Amino acid sequence: MDEKADIRPLPRIGDQAPAFEAETTWGRLALEDFKDRWLILFSHPADFTPVCTTEFLAFQEIHQPLKDLGADLLGLSVDSVTAHIAWLRNIEEKFGVKIPFPIIADSDRKVAGLYGMIMPGESKTETSRCVFVIDPKGTLRAMIYYPMTTGRNLQEILRLVKALQTTDKNGVATPANWQPGDWVIMPPPKTMEAAEQRLQQGLDCKDWYFCKKKL
Amino acid sequence: MACIQPDGTLSRSGEIILLALHSPGTPEEVARETRIDLFMVRGAMREFMQARYVEKEKHLFRLTPKGLAALEGVDDKNRQGETA
Repeated sequence: MDEKADIRPLPRIGDQAPAFEAETTWGRLALEDFKDRWLILFSHPADFTPVCTTEFLAFQEIHQPLKDLGADLLGLSVDSVTAHIAWLRNIEEKFGVKIPFPIIADSDRKVAGLYGMIMPGESKTETSRCVFVIDPKGTLRAMIYYPMTTGRNLQEILRLVKALQTTDKNGVATPANWQPGDWVIMPPPKTMEAAEQRLQQGLDCKDWYFCKKKL
Repeated sequence: MACIQPDGTLSRSGEIILLALHSPGTPEEVARETRIDLFMVRGAMREFMQARYVEKEKHLFRLTPKGLAALEGVDDKNRQGETA
């Protein structure tokens, strides 16, 4: 196969998330079915593998907190629906945990290709641990990539969604290690006049470009 | 959780979604009434439309005669369940 022919531009932050329709463990679903809500689309390398199993147990733990934020989870790997079902039943049997979200069976790697979930340097066939945060308008807002060896920090995904929603609601940015309730960052002023005004607004400013406030 | 199973019968979630369309509604209304995820209801509507169990008029989905016929069996089954 000509590998060059398969090269396509990967989606970037700020792009419209690539549309898809795919078989899942909950029937056929399309990206448009998730519109008006946040979507966490994530991939894992393979069913019946230990790191992925720990991740799914952890995804189950953040499922309800995400739902409370208006966000849905949608998993993906190149395994078949049958393999997904067998694995999910095994997780329920061995760990007593029901996985409450659908998983795409991307056997033809169509969705993985659209989102760049396969990292040929790591594996030419399996998807890496990718996370795509898509907002209610269908815009890609954040992407996280982890290698196959390293399980993700699911609390970070929850924190990320909360941070993005705080940004959207208040027009602010969030600092390193931000948690809800912490100070937020005012966007830097764009003019000299705004910089002067900023210093007179009673904000907590280290300097004209570094002002924070409580929400 | 596809709504129409390979043997032509409805899945449980398919029954619930179709029953909710006894009065025409939007996917949002059906999701609220059935407490089924909105994305799942939207996927179900697409599947039911393709199978011609429901039709869309403006923004409302309504049962077709074929959808009503499918529910007759469900209603019978539910009634048997109630008396069993």
